[in-house]
Formats: sequence, structure tokens, C-alpha cells
Amino acid sequence: MKKEFKVIADLLPNNTRVLDVGCGDGSLMNLLKQEKNVEVRGLELNQQNVQECIHKGLPVIQGNAETELHQFPNKSFDYVVLSQTLQAFYEPEKVLRNLLRIGKSVIISIPNFGYWKVRTKLLFFGKMPVTKTLPNTWYNTPNLHMCTIKDLFNFCDEKKINIKKVVGVNEDKTSIIKKSNLEIKNLFSKVGIFLIS
Amino acid sequence: MPSLAGLFFWMNIKLENIKKLDVTKPLKLDCGKTIKDFPLAYETYGKLNNNKDNAILVFHALTGDQFVTGTNPITNKEGWWVTAVGPGKAIDTNKYFVICANVIGGCMGSLGPRNINPDTKKPYGLDFPVITIKDMVRAQETLLEHLGIKKLLCATGGSMGGMQLLQFCATFPDKTFSAIPIACSSSHSAQNIALNELARQAIMADPVWDNGNYVLKDLQPKNGLAVARMVGHISYLSEKGMQEKFGRKLQEKADYEFSFNADFQVESYLRHQGYAFVERFDANSVLYITRAMDYFDLSKQFNGGLVEAFKNQKTKFLVISFSSDWLYTTKDNKDIVIALNASGADVSYSEIITDKGHDSFLLNELQFLKTLKGFIDSMYEKFKNEKRI
Repeated sequence: MKKEFKVIADLLPNNTRVLDVGCGDGSLMNLLKQEKNVEVRGLELNQQNVQECIHKGLPVIQGNAETELHQFPNKSFDYVVLSQTLQAFYEPEKVLRNLLRIGKSVIISIPNFGYWKVRTKLLFFGKMPVTKTLPNTWYNTPNLHMCTIKDLFNFCDEKKINIKKVVGVNEDKTSIIKKSNLEIKNLFSKVGIFLIS
Repeated sequence: MPSLAGLFFWMNIKLENIKKLDVTKPLKLDCGKTIKDFPLAYETYGKLNNNKDNAILVFHALTGDQFVTGTNPITNKEGWWVTAVGPGKAIDTNKYFVICANVIGGCMGSLGPRNINPDTKKPYGLDFPVITIKDMVRAQETLLEHLGIKKLLCATGGSMGGMQLLQFCATFPDKTFSAIPIACSSSHSAQNIALNELARQAIMADPVWDNGNYVLKDLQPKNGLAVARMVGHISYLSEKGMQEKFGRKLQEKADYEFSFNADFQVESYLRHQGYAFVERFDANSVLYITRAMDYFDLSKQFNGGLVEAFKNQKTKFLVISFSSDWLYTTKDNKDIVIALNASGADVSYSEIITDKGHDSFLLNELQFLKTLKGFIDSMYEKFKNEKRI
């Protein structure tokens, strides 16, 4: 199981209502259901994944988060989770606004473009970085809006979005990110997980 | 070949030997009239287990009947949903107890316009009351009590079957653990009504129809009914599917005949479908059932709010649509999902990508059948657990 999912699960209180946007094959939903007894819903574009979720008895709606979040009423979920897909949307800000409208709180994880290995690849090789977290090449990546933990941090500040907690993940290690350690954590975290509202 | 009158006489004899529930409780219809002591024909497949937690109710579509799978004893043809229901199929009758009833207004043994009107001692014809989807559903609910089923594991249906299912869930919110509405809509669109009207006008334009009185003469307005069925068949296929299946291929001939015979395969197909239909279906039943579909508007029943219709739903839904279905579109089905979501119901949704149009739910559509099976099997596990607690 991905460390990231464990962190997300730890951020969630028991017995809440959670919407997992881009829920994939339902791994996170399954984990949340079992460990946190949360009531989960998923939104997923890929037909194969949708079938997989249905097979596991997980409620999932086949649809595109970019265009179909309007169907969920205001504050209809305690938490909305978006795992590593924000950077793939045409209009990430619009999607983020929608998530904040639907959920009382929102958990977003991003692959950190500020991670040192990513930085050095670009710096020393002059090529778009290909890493474990960012496995695609420039011409076939779904990621349109790559950002760093610092970028998202500043973005929330600018847009008056309340940051409740930020967790940096590097392999098995996790650490709390604050304004004071932002520079260093932005360098050493592979993934950033934001709890905002 | 027997005459049509003879054929119906023979069908009536066979209809004596099918399962029927005599519904004694009076049923007040939406039109204001009351029916009582009426027959509700049904069929079951598989066995109800001791816990009575493996029952699945299937609602049939416009021209369907209670004979879901196996051989239809009246027509001697395969059941209409043999692709999905049967031993080892997506809805596995080795595991589940499948129930299906003929809708009232139909012609496969349940009370319909061909039955004898107790007041006149003659077949009803157009004296039969206009029925609604809600009337159909309320009649079928009596069957559950008769079979001793408090709560179904699942209820499902495609097309008009899906509409009945939505109505069933709205009217009886606690009667089924899960529900799978397929390729349907929460209300008939202008285009849906227009197509049904085309079918009705075709029947009514046939002089044999005679204001529905053909039943008294033991006749059938074959030509009008066949055209009505052809209209339906066009709407069940997609443009692309039809093009791929028939194109401009000619029917067993090298060139045009320069006549109005069925030169094209597509013409031959429609004629075959149309005239095969008249041997098993009653023209007045088509009028009554299409009318019920046109009147269906779930949000109207709940003061304009579809969300209101699904309030306090405990039922777990899976809505399925087909990408090339232009009769009950993906948008129609998504509107149901949106309303269920807004009401806080537990809902899943899948759009099956296919060229086969509305008919897809009756065909061997692998992704569809897999989704159906996955959902039902997982619901069975949940239902058993819930009952144990």
C-alpha cells in the first residue's frame, strides 16, 4: 500500500463522508472504508477502473472531474480527496474551487516538482525529468500544470484558502511542512499532501 | 400456417397454464378507476433460499413479458433476457431467485385490454382504463407479499423496465437492497413521446383496428401493428450499428428490382421484425403501454423535484447507460445519477461504450454483463452481512 494513502487515511477522522475524485481502482476507498469506517464515494473516468470498483462493492460514478463535479451539491461531503491529479486538469483552479464547494475540507496530494532529483535532472541533463513519481516523458505526460509544494502553498495563501496541514512524503518518511521549513521540505519531499478548507 | 384468430385462440389456451396471482385487493389506478380480482401473470427462475435474501425482481420493457430466460412457453422462442439471466449468467439463477411479472395492460396473462370486462362480459378493448407506470409497479408489488419476500436483494430493468424500477424505489423505498436501472429515463422526452405517438397512429390508421374493437371480432390490425414495431426497432439501433449491420446491402438479389419489394436488407429486417411481432403481441396493449410510458414523469409526482423522489433512499443504485443509445441517452441516465447524488443516495454509474444503441442491454455486451455481475455479487455479500447484523 502506498505511504501516501496511509497519510491520507490518518488525516481523516472516523465515520465521515468522503468523496474520492479520480479514485482509480478503489484502493484508497477500500482502505478508508476498512480503517476509518468512512462512507466513501468515487468519481473515475476509466471504464476498467469503474468496473473494478463496482466489483469490490464500492460506489463509483463514471465521469470526468474536469466537467462533472457540478453534480455534487454544496458541502455534501465532509472530505473530498484528490490524489495526484490536480496537475492533470486543464483548469486546476476551477477544479479546486469545486472541490472546496463540495467538501467541508479537501485533501490534495501532488507530485512535487521541487524535489531535488527532479531539479537536478533538469539542471544537469537539460531534459524534462522522468522519475518514479513522474514516470512519463514530456510528450505523453498527462500532467499539464506541474507545480511544487511551495507553489501550491503560495497559491493557497494568495487565494485565501485555509491550509490546515501539509505533510511531505519521501518513501516511508513523512514530515509536517510549515512556512518555516518550506524551503527544505520542498527540496526533499517527493509528494506533498495538503489538507485545506 | 394457422389463421391469426386461431393463433390467439391457441395462445389463450396456453395462457391458462402459466403462473398467475389473483390479486384480490382492490387497486385504485392513477386515472381514478379501481381494478380488483385481476390476474397478474409471472414467472420465477432459480430457488428462493431459506433466508429469503437472494430474490431479484426484473421489470420488463414495452414488448417484453415475464419469460425472462429459458424458452417462452407461449411463443416457443428464447426468453428476452437470456443473455443476462440463467444458470452461470451475470444474473445467475443457480444462486439467485429471479422473479418477473407481466405488466398490467400487457397481453401475456396479466390483466389487459384483451381480457373480459366483467361489466360487459366482452373483451375490454378501449374500455380498459388508462394505466400508468405507477399502477404497473403497485400491481407487481403484491407479488412480493405473495412470494413471502420482505426485501429484495436487487431489482432491475432496462428501458421501460428501468422506469418501473425508479417508480418502485420512489414508491416503496424499503423494498429492495439494491437497484440497477438500465438505459432509461425519469420522464419521457418530447422525442420519446413523438416516437410512441408514431407507433400508436400506425395502429389506429389500420382499418382493422376499428377503435380497438378488433378484439370482439378476434382479429388483429396486423399492418398497423407491424409498422408500429418497425418504428420501435429503428429507435433501438444506432445509426452506426445499423450502417454496419445492413449498409446498402441487398436482400438476396444482385440488383434493384425496380419495385417496392424489400430490395434492401434493412427493409427485409424491419418487415420480418414487424410481422413476427403481430403474432405475439396485442395492438391495444401497445397503445396502453406506450401511453403509460409517455405519462411517466417521476419529478412531476414529487412536485417537480427528482431529488425529492429519492429522498431517504437506503437502496444502493447502479445506473447504466449505453453511449450510442439515442432513445434514452447517457444524459437522461446521468440526470438520474445527479438526482440520486443530490439526495445523498448510494449511487454508482457506468456508461458502456458500444455502437449497438438502446438494444445493447439485451445483447451479449461483455462490459455490460461484467458490470452487472460484479455489482449484484458484491451486493449479495453486503446484504447477507447486513441481515446477519
